[in-house]
Amino acid sequence: MEQVLRQTWAFIFRDYHLTRRYFSWVVVFTFYAVVNSATVVLIGVAANDRRLTLTLLVGVILWGFLSVIFNEIANSITYERWEGTLEYTFMAPVSRVIHLAGVSLFSSAYAVVRACVIIVGMLLFVDLDLSRANWGGMAVVLAVSSAAFIGLGLIAATLPVFSPERGAEATNIFQGLLLLVSGVYYPIEILPRWLQPLAVVSPATYALSASRKLIGVGEGAGPDQTAGAPLSAVTHELLVLTLMGVVLIPLGLYVFGLVERWAKRTGKLKRTG
Amino acid sequence: MSNLGIEVRSLHKFFRKRKGFIRARRSEVHALNDVTFEVALGETYGLLGPNGSGKSTLIRVLSTLLVPDAGCVRLLGHRIPGEEHLVRRKIGRVSVDAAFYKKLSARENLLYSAYLYGMDKAGAERRALEILDALGMDGEKFTDPLEEMSRGMQQKVAITRALLVNPPLLLLDEPTTGLDPKSKRDVQTFIEDLRARHGTTILLTSHDMAETERLCSRIGFIAHGRLIAEGSADELKLRSSAETLDDAFIALAGEKLEEDGTVAKHKKQEGATTEAATVATPLTGAGVAED
Repeated sequence: MEQVLRQTWAFIFRDYHLTRRYFSWVVVFTFYAVVNSATVVLIGVAANDRRLTLTLLVGVILWGFLSVIFNEIANSITYERWEGTLEYTFMAPVSRVIHLAGVSLFSSAYAVVRACVIIVGMLLFVDLDLSRANWGGMAVVLAVSSAAFIGLGLIAATLPVFSPERGAEATNIFQGLLLLVSGVYYPIEILPRWLQPLAVVSPATYALSASRKLIGVGEGAGPDQTAGAPLSAVTHELLVLTLMGVVLIPLGLYVFGLVERWAKRTGKLKRTG
Repeated sequence: MSNLGIEVRSLHKFFRKRKGFIRARRSEVHALNDVTFEVALGETYGLLGPNGSGKSTLIRVLSTLLVPDAGCVRLLGHRIPGEEHLVRRKIGRVSVDAAFYKKLSARENLLYSAYLYGMDKAGAERRALEILDALGMDGEKFTDPLEEMSRGMQQKVAITRALLVNPPLLLLDEPTTGLDPKSKRDVQTFIEDLRARHGTTILLTSHDMAETERLCSRIGFIAHGRLIAEGSADELKLRSSAETLDDAFIALAGEKLEEDGTVAKHKKQEGATTEAATVATPLTGAGVAED
């Protein structure tokens, strides 16, 4: 058990120190995220529409959180191929479950910190009373939806094994697609009919829907309603998100295993870049 | 229990390439072609060959990073493919290209590696500093980012990483290529000391004849994926009636091994092995995809 903890810690230790060494870039990207979020949320402020402001606020915070988890996990293999360390990680006596668990734990912690910074940043731009929001319920939704995004990240992390550059490109396209169809800033009903089925299979759709209800701007809420819904009101979303996590994490590990075996047959683990 | 550290039987590895999309052209490279050899426990065995001859492919197969297409490999009695999880605990590997997180310090890179093997922090730091000291590297550099280190220092950190867990089997893929003479000597002395004190089994690939002759009790010549000859340096020279290992390689492989690992095609002339005309052609890119 101690050995498993140390091996898991190896990835958290590595990613923490890499983040520390690239801290100036972390500051720059976080600054951009805060400013970008503010420009979106201020659309609601300009319209003097509290409901719209909250809808957008939930969108920027939740998307910021989930996309960072997805991105960090998906790109972890890209970094390793560029640095040439992937071979050393793969020849260490570490199971892939521990490897990917370590990467996912750090990504989740990093996403939480970044989301907190964005929330604090938003308080500088909007004056909203969120004291009646269901924050406990929000935490549950974030935790459950993280699992689904970790699963998607694991699947996307296999792409750089084929080609680091093409893999990174494909990851960004996939992420863009999720942003488009999940109703991050607008209701999914306004999407063209042919795109709407994609919203049904995106975990972000359910995470956003649940979060908006819990913060007090869900379906059926009036323009002045400020009380967040109880957790029981988002049972459907939580069930779907749990099911997605239960399916996507093992599927991600399975796909990763398949791609690893393919890479070892074809010699694709070498440094590229 | 077998007294073999490495046992390789009829090993084959192909790389298939596909170029183009609509009218795809496929090509196949036979990177390892029926390679068979053994290394006894505690022995240092050298593999000599030009770039693209299959040395690194062989090291990758032994490191569990490549799955062979045919043949049988046993490392310290463990079979691959099949028992990779057991093999990984017992091998260390140094490649010609010191791959690290260049922004991280030597300490951070080495601790990351140590944690992967389940080592504790204090023990790993102590062992790392001992090895770096033995390799002649200043301990003050321990906390410097790798990107600020010379290639020689980076290679010493790479050797330290491979030895952190004191593996009984060491795979060294051109560990001294590109090093300055002092660093080269430090590393060679350390390898000699390692075998003498710990009885480590070592497979060393190189295209440095003098280094291989100094460190290895037996040497295999590899060219175009085939092991063309093996024996002690004296045996190889005797077999080819050559005065140097370089000449022995020319006589047995039909090509000259240059300092930088390229080969010069050797026009065979009867009775002459050393003064034949040569036409330099880099093998890299013309031959095997790996290596």
